[in-house]
Amino acid sequence: MIRSHILICGGTGCTSSGSLAIKDALALELKAKGLEDEIKIVMTGCFGLCALGPIIIVYPDGTFYSRVTVSDLSEIVEEHLLKGRIVKRLVYNDTVEEVDDGTHVSLNDTVFYKKQKRVALRNCGYINPESIEEYIGMDGYMALGKVLTEMSPAQVIQVMKDSGLRGRGGGGFPTGMKWDFAVKSVSDKKYVVCNADEGDPGAFMDRSILEGDPHAVIEAMAIAGYAIGADEGYIYVRAEYPIAIKRLTIAIAQAREMGLLGEDIFSSGFNFDIQLRFGAGAFVCGEETALLTSIEGNRGEPRPRPPFPAVKGLFGQPTIINNVETYANIPQIILKGASWFASMGTEKSKGTKVFALGGKITHTGLVEIPMGTTLREIVEEIGGGVPNGKKFKAAQTGGPSGGCIPASNIDTPIDYDNLLAIGSMMGSGGLIVLDEDNCMVDIAKFFLEFTVDESCGKCTPCRIGTRRMLEILEKITNGNGTLEDLDKLEELAHHIRATSLCGLGQTSPNPILSTLRYFRDEYIAHVVEKRCPAGVCKNLVSYEVVPENCKGCTACKRACPVNAISGEVKQVHIIDKVKCIKCGVCVTKCKFNAIIRK
Amino acid sequence: MKTLAELVEIRDRMKEKVALREGLGDKRIVVGMATCGIAAGARPVLNTFVSAINESGLSGTVSVTQTGCIGICQYEPVVEVFEKGKDKVTYVKMTADKVARIVEEHIKGGKPVKEFTIGEVK
Repeated sequence: MIRSHILICGGTGCTSSGSLAIKDALALELKAKGLEDEIKIVMTGCFGLCALGPIIIVYPDGTFYSRVTVSDLSEIVEEHLLKGRIVKRLVYNDTVEEVDDGTHVSLNDTVFYKKQKRVALRNCGYINPESIEEYIGMDGYMALGKVLTEMSPAQVIQVMKDSGLRGRGGGGFPTGMKWDFAVKSVSDKKYVVCNADEGDPGAFMDRSILEGDPHAVIEAMAIAGYAIGADEGYIYVRAEYPIAIKRLTIAIAQAREMGLLGEDIFSSGFNFDIQLRFGAGAFVCGEETALLTSIEGNRGEPRPRPPFPAVKGLFGQPTIINNVETYANIPQIILKGASWFASMGTEKSKGTKVFALGGKITHTGLVEIPMGTTLREIVEEIGGGVPNGKKFKAAQTGGPSGGCIPASNIDTPIDYDNLLAIGSMMGSGGLIVLDEDNCMVDIAKFFLEFTVDESCGKCTPCRIGTRRMLEILEKITNGNGTLEDLDKLEELAHHIRATSLCGLGQTSPNPILSTLRYFRDEYIAHVVEKRCPAGVCKNLVSYEVVPENCKGCTACKRACPVNAISGEVKQVHIIDKVKCIKCGVCVTKCKFNAIIRK
Repeated sequence: MKTLAELVEIRDRMKEKVALREGLGDKRIVVGMATCGIAAGARPVLNTFVSAINESGLSGTVSVTQTGCIGICQYEPVVEVFEKGKDKVTYVKMTADKVARIVEEHIKGGKPVKEFTIGEVK
């Protein structure tokens, strides 16, 4: 009889920090101690605290071990599983705070999880994503059952409308309205498509949902199929997500096996099946029309809208295309009701949003928060703040399509409309925290490099315009910019936004426009003073010795890789600026603060 | 899948199994499993409790866990029952045979089996 479950995170983060080896070693260890019939190992999806991986949780007591290594396992088995003594040195700090009778702080009460509200991620890190039965044990496929046996398609769409759910891929279009358009397009063949082509740098929300709870997406797609009258679905997932693909493949096979996909589901006469299509990693294929073109077997290029996919989509037929996270919300909206969902969030943005926290933040990982949570709560409380005592400068949301939220707006409640109003966008949910060591011009340049690389080349404003913008940015960061360049940059940005064919081009100026809006002084410092305030842009940085602080210890001289530093013992040293490659290693070696970066 | 009833049946069966991850329930049965406890035979006691709780369908509200040495090694195996708002009950010199009565009378019935508790057992 099983008395304990050990959950091991099998998400991408923990897998790369070695959780598969831990699973195998733990199984051997349990066997050696004769515990294999009492303790069950469950591989789950992402728990969210990727920075602390590999993570394992022991139930029923809920002990949360972080950064576990194979050599820790015998101690965990011997002490905790056999004798019931928690291995304190491995327990996640925030959960250690013993109360009266040996239990510890529940994971849900730690700062990282306390303010989170897990809807789309509710099964991630809780069930084994490769077991349809565990999903069913969490009320899985009950929503599909309810829809097929008790509701009409019109009722389903009404629930979606009432819930206020908006597309989580970034655009924020109301899901119910999108479905309604597809219903009103008359055709005997319609399609349901899932956009799992998550391409923003630093974003892994959809990946984690597919890896942790693939059945939720499958169930929701079947519900969508019933609502609009489609019998065929496609999930377009990037080939770079091997674990997600593997679990989706297993999940689809299990659903077919159980008759939850296929013909005459729940004896309702409704047929639905799903196929996978793999993207080759082109960012533009996350744009819905390019994605559909790619599924059709053509080169992934966007086409003009209208007609929108709901009218003329895949293979020319009415198609709804929603994002992974949007789908993951749907089964619960059906089961718990539209008003339950609408009770969370702000007036125009209902429910929750998953963010991938990255950059200069203590708790790198995945969080799900109610809409309307402020950036301050996300960064300072849930995210654990900026590490190394540095100052928060800005948060970049929405990837290459989004913008920066400066520290002055840190108390803005996050929802679709507020973010647009301050010149950023929700995007799919990547949230990169920047501190005082980040140069905003450099950040804009980074995203422009990405866009230039990923532009499909179909329309001129995007193909040539983004290239020209990047060239101006390079000129500025090299110290050759003029004030006129800033005006040119802005003008070009507005033209590209207005004339590009698809979202990729239209939003590509956002990183520039938002940094110009909030950090114009940094651009001006680059252009006028030929100085990079954060000390990032190498051509604008120089290193100098402060003579009064220099003790002549030679530490810098010995460390310099290009012998650019000269000076005798106990004499003030000098840096040859011509030879210097600005690697900064001398600064880190100097114990007397005698070298400054200008 | 032809009917909703089939799905509900699978769900109910699985719910019990996943319930272990809901965390500790209102009642906790804690078995002393230090060296002294194990030497005195705590393992079969623990396993019998787990089976008995599962079989009686209480796994959602009652959890069975182990703990370290409580300090009364001569009384091992020791089992303590914690319940919100009540004093803990300590059973000593436990055997697998005693488990059924504790589950029936104490866990289900709410009345501790006094003759197995620390004050009574000699």
